[in-house]
Amino acid sequence: MGRLFVIGSGLLFGFGLDLARMTDPARVLGFLDVAGRWDPTLLFVMAGALAVSVPGFALLRRRGATWFAGTLRLPERRDLDGPLVGGAALFGVGWGLAGYCPGPGIAALSHGALDPAWFVVGMLLGMLAYAALGRRTG
Amino acid sequence: MAEFDWLPALAGGALIGLAAVLLLGGLGRIAGISGILGGALERPRGDTAWRWWFLAALLAGAALHRLLDPVSVTPRTGYPVLLLLAAGLLVGLGTRLGSGCTSGHGVCGLAGLSPRSLVATVTFIAAGMLTVWLLRHALGVV
Repeated sequence: MGRLFVIGSGLLFGFGLDLARMTDPARVLGFLDVAGRWDPTLLFVMAGALAVSVPGFALLRRRGATWFAGTLRLPERRDLDGPLVGGAALFGVGWGLAGYCPGPGIAALSHGALDPAWFVVGMLLGMLAYAALGRRTG
Repeated sequence: MAEFDWLPALAGGALIGLAAVLLLGGLGRIAGISGILGGALERPRGDTAWRWWFLAALLAGAALHRLLDPVSVTPRTGYPVLLLLAAGLLVGLGTRLGSGCTSGHGVCGLAGLSPRSLVATVTFIAAGMLTVWLLRHALGVV
């Protein structure tokens, strides 16, 4: 049963990313380009996502378990630390260099073009490098 | 301001939000793409099958929309390969170090009212904006 939810969630996520034009790095870079011809697309995507996820997460938290009485594996940490801010800053620089974040980079592979493929190769190397450094986060 | 279609943006966003709720309600997991992929790479045995299923479905979902609408996104060509590789490296390393990306911190973390996710989201958007400003306006490359 869980597998059905995993596949359904992945399908909706990927469909939504392409429908929302997030697989178009020009639109994402346009959102980040506040000094140029600013593109509000990403703002509407975030608004649409949060309009569903905020009430959905709130209901699940109140319930205190999954719909199958499983554990909600929500991050517990509340503290701010260097790796969080430094990692987010590195991610933001990479995001601004190419216009892809992880989900859209993978989803854009469906277009059959090389552009996102090079990005995904770099991202896999970056993640493997992190794993090799032996860092673990929750 | 650039021309854009607000309706598919809003609707696509809502589907992403729904996907996040389904994964949390069905499996108890956060739909953060960097965490799902990073975990699949770091844990070769155990706790990885659902991650690969999710990622394969994400790719299939995007391909399905592409089939229905092959023209809304024009693939980019001619972007420097070195820039794409460097961007990927920074995104891969940064999202693992910072415990999340746009989906994990932006969609799920903010929905869970996590102060860490709020700080991370503000940080990566600011860093992205600064990077684009440097590339496009200060240095005039790409």
